[in-house]
Amino acid sequence: MSAVAIEARPARRGSISRDRKKAMYWSYFFLMLFVLFFLTPPLYMLIMSLKTSGEIAEARFPWWVFHPTFDNYWSLLGSENFQNFFINSTLVSLSTVVVTMLISIPAAFSLSRMKFWGSATLAAGVFLTYLIPETLLFIPLFKIFSWVTEFTGIELVNHWWVLIFIYPTLTVPFCTWIMIGYFASIPKELDEAALIDGAGWLQLLVRIFIPVALPGIIAATIFAFTVSWADFLYPLVFTTSADQLVLPAGIVTTLIKGDVFEWGRIMTAALLGAMPPLLIYAFLMDYYIAGLTAGATKG
Amino acid sequence: MAQVTLRKVQKTYEETPAVCGIDLDIPDKEFVVLVGPSGCGKTTTLRMIAGLEEITAGEIAIGGEVVNDIPPKDRDIAMVFQNYALYPHMTVYENMSFGLRLKKTPKDEIDRRVQRAAGILNISQLLDRKPKQLSGGQRQRVAMGRAIVRDPKVFLFDEPLSNLDAKLRVHMRTEIKKVHQHVRTTTVYVTHDQVEAMTLADRIVVMNAGHIEQVGTPHELYHRPATRFVAAFIGSPAMNMVPCGVEEAAGGLRFRLSEDLSFPVPRERSERYRPHVGKGKLLFGLRPEHMIEQRPHVEPGQQPFEAKPVVVEPMGSESLVFFVLNGVEACARVNPDCGARVGEPLKLVADLRHVHLIDDETGRIL
Repeated sequence: MSAVAIEARPARRGSISRDRKKAMYWSYFFLMLFVLFFLTPPLYMLIMSLKTSGEIAEARFPWWVFHPTFDNYWSLLGSENFQNFFINSTLVSLSTVVVTMLISIPAAFSLSRMKFWGSATLAAGVFLTYLIPETLLFIPLFKIFSWVTEFTGIELVNHWWVLIFIYPTLTVPFCTWIMIGYFASIPKELDEAALIDGAGWLQLLVRIFIPVALPGIIAATIFAFTVSWADFLYPLVFTTSADQLVLPAGIVTTLIKGDVFEWGRIMTAALLGAMPPLLIYAFLMDYYIAGLTAGATKG
Repeated sequence: MAQVTLRKVQKTYEETPAVCGIDLDIPDKEFVVLVGPSGCGKTTTLRMIAGLEEITAGEIAIGGEVVNDIPPKDRDIAMVFQNYALYPHMTVYENMSFGLRLKKTPKDEIDRRVQRAAGILNISQLLDRKPKQLSGGQRQRVAMGRAIVRDPKVFLFDEPLSNLDAKLRVHMRTEIKKVHQHVRTTTVYVTHDQVEAMTLADRIVVMNAGHIEQVGTPHELYHRPATRFVAAFIGSPAMNMVPCGVEEAAGGLRFRLSEDLSFPVPRERSERYRPHVGKGKLLFGLRPEHMIEQRPHVEPGQQPFEAKPVVVEPMGSESLVFFVLNGVEACARVNPDCGARVGEPLKLVADLRHVHLIDDETGRIL
């Protein structure tokens, strides 16, 4: 056979690497846009929190701090009210997470695994309840509370702990829904193997499902914590006295007096209040993403 | 250890029958393989034995006790799944001991059994690992180990080798056979791979469309299939089935395959095939290994004929030659040195001692 010289062809225009580069530039462009859009408010809060009331009132240049100070931080951290809000928020959120998990995990397990009559409809119903906004729910809830007070004499309004009963109406449906999705991604053979190994339904849930579905459960936990930590409407409606308030309502009711806005302290309080969820996300981000995307990638 | 009995077992999914009233007796210590194409009901049957599927009608007994209403955990069975179903958060040791721990077996007894099973399966060095740190073959061993430690009455295997690559599959096949020879537990094994069935089984149950086609030893099914389905399913490449007629000729009965090709019916089969003289819809069945190249010495029962290969597949130890016989593709297994070439006439012989006459309408072997 005669040797045939193969000429190297010049790379075509619009080759894969060129296309990829182009796509990368656009990705970076839009990502930067997103980052700017979402990080500007917290940055602005940080700048404001480091200013004195006088500098804020001067409104010389809002994007720079000329005389940075931590006064707002010290005064808030030393304030009994703010400490109270923080403790109330922590207690309410942690309790809500516990209550939510105690209801959602067994609910999701039974709806996804113990196929019974109407289970599919119930699962859809769980999600539909999540779609009802709290602005529609707070008036009927208030009404129910007044009936309870009327019949039992137990005063439910203006107690921080009442939020522990209210928040699960927001968190349970969503957490149940995402966990149904996660549980469904766990191979059925795993339960069957455990059933043959001698496990009952409860042992199956506790010893197999919960450990295997941990990323999904952590995602649901983070969601429940964030919702109960950040909710504004319910605490505003159901709690009034300063010692019963939680952070979001507390900041607004104590730092806005009539038409006087203590902007520096409001921004500082909001930043401090955002810290716990931020830290939780930072440490558990991988679990959160794994939990939310589980159904999409696993068989 | 125990025998497994199925009596008129039926399974119907919303009007769709999956298993249509099968009867099967599996004696103690036997290795039975349920084999058949997808959707033939073999896995459903296995799952009914395990208690993972309810039975629509009929009766299943394990060790003489009817288990229809007994949950899986109380049936004293162990199952190995296709995707292993190992608990991902537990180590190999914990995976294997899970069932015993649930039964509150004493710790030293658990340890003794796990170590013994690990020894049999050669996985003693893997006991501290998690399933994700194991290869496919190792996971399969752990799944088997989990079954062995329970020392159950019956082992159930649901296509356990399907997820392994071809080489490992052959290796694990041998391992499973060794384990059975060692522990001698009654075993029901489901596969769609007829080679797996042939190599592993004491007896094979061939299933098709929810029915049992035939039950027998691998040798029986291979050499004396009862139906066209079994004849075609068992053996690779499949049995050649060529439309034919049976006619009366001067020297006795003959199979007529085409105008210029006919073979004499072996004398001992003449009486059996005589009622089918002149009838249509018959098939001449002969396995590829019974069609070989013509050698200098012709054995009794061998009939020469000529074929024109359309495809030649060299396999190393042999070559498969494909040619057209009476309008259908046929295959012969020849010596790789016999000089078979595409398009060039090749002298072959058909060993008629192994021929089957099949009724194309009923599918029965005559």
